[in-house]
Amino acid sequence: MSLPPFEELVERHGARVLRVCRAVVGPDLAEDAWSETFLKALQAYPRLPADANVEAWLVTIAHRAALDQVRAQRRRAVPVGELEERADERTVGLDPDLVAQIAALPDKQRHAVAYHYVAGLPYDAVAEILGGSADAARRAAADGINALRRTLPTHARTHR
Amino acid sequence: MSPVPTDLPSLLTGADDAATLDRLRARLAASADDRELLDVAYRTLDSPLGSLLLAATEQGLVRVAFASEGHDHVLQELADRVSPRVLLAPARLDLAARELDEYFGHDRADFDVPLDLRLATGFRREVLEQLRGVGYGTTTSYAGLAARTHSPRAVRAVGTACATNPLPLVVPCHRVIRSDGSMGNYRGGIAAKRTLLALEAA
Repeated sequence: MSLPPFEELVERHGARVLRVCRAVVGPDLAEDAWSETFLKALQAYPRLPADANVEAWLVTIAHRAALDQVRAQRRRAVPVGELEERADERTVGLDPDLVAQIAALPDKQRHAVAYHYVAGLPYDAVAEILGGSADAARRAAADGINALRRTLPTHARTHR
Repeated sequence: MSPVPTDLPSLLTGADDAATLDRLRARLAASADDRELLDVAYRTLDSPLGSLLLAATEQGLVRVAFASEGHDHVLQELADRVSPRVLLAPARLDLAARELDEYFGHDRADFDVPLDLRLATGFRREVLEQLRGVGYGTTTSYAGLAARTHSPRAVRAVGTACATNPLPLVVPCHRVIRSDGSMGNYRGGIAAKRTLLALEAA
């Protein structure tokens, strides 16, 4: 067993990690979170066991990178000009209502939804990232999804 | 049941995500290089001999591979033998690519790009170092090359060293032919070797 070239991981998981980052930190910070995730992953990569679950490993790193980023974001006052610039580069094709509703979820629900429904991880892997039991992760994801269903009744029709 | 759960990934996919990811990957390669995490950078280069894979460590060009070797296979070999921190990062290969373009365009006889010979050890490395002295437009024989080493009778080992040269073109193993004047083997195939010798004779 040997590790594939890191470029293969970026190729295989890059798009999904970007969606996970959007769910966790929102589209404006998602690109920075993506970059930080893959840089941290690259740094640790040579020590990754060859039989590790790469997807869960990347999502775990993304989770920590997102927490760091949110913390840093709260610490520094963002100049108004920069905020406007970020709004300009907001990802094309994303529904601002959905983005706002995901952002409004409690942290634990948002994380559980992102790692199960967006990343595709099973609940025991989600529980390992969030702490707590698989059942608790399942409940948090279900509560989060139910909240999204209540607040986004139109998505069922418009995004099919 | 509402389709929101299963749709979430597509609802979080942007309209221009392919371009976004290209941009993010380029940024990743640049940051990785800045933080000294880019152990192996690579790119491909179109050439008269088909697509060439070029790979470099921080020390220099470490591998040139022909399409017939299977670029994916070569990248895995680099991950195993050098480091799995391998990224598509063309910037580090700019000089090598330019010099190869000039070589194929009859504008360059010698390569100045720094080399990393770590993939050849012991006697094979000694052979490669001697090979670098075989000038543009000239040829030598396997026996002639062996004579320049510390083991002048190791003609077969010289053949193996040429056949496993990690830096073909730049370290000119194509200039080594059999004593009877026939081509001998070449990592990129005999036709490629013939093409290179014709290019240098023109």
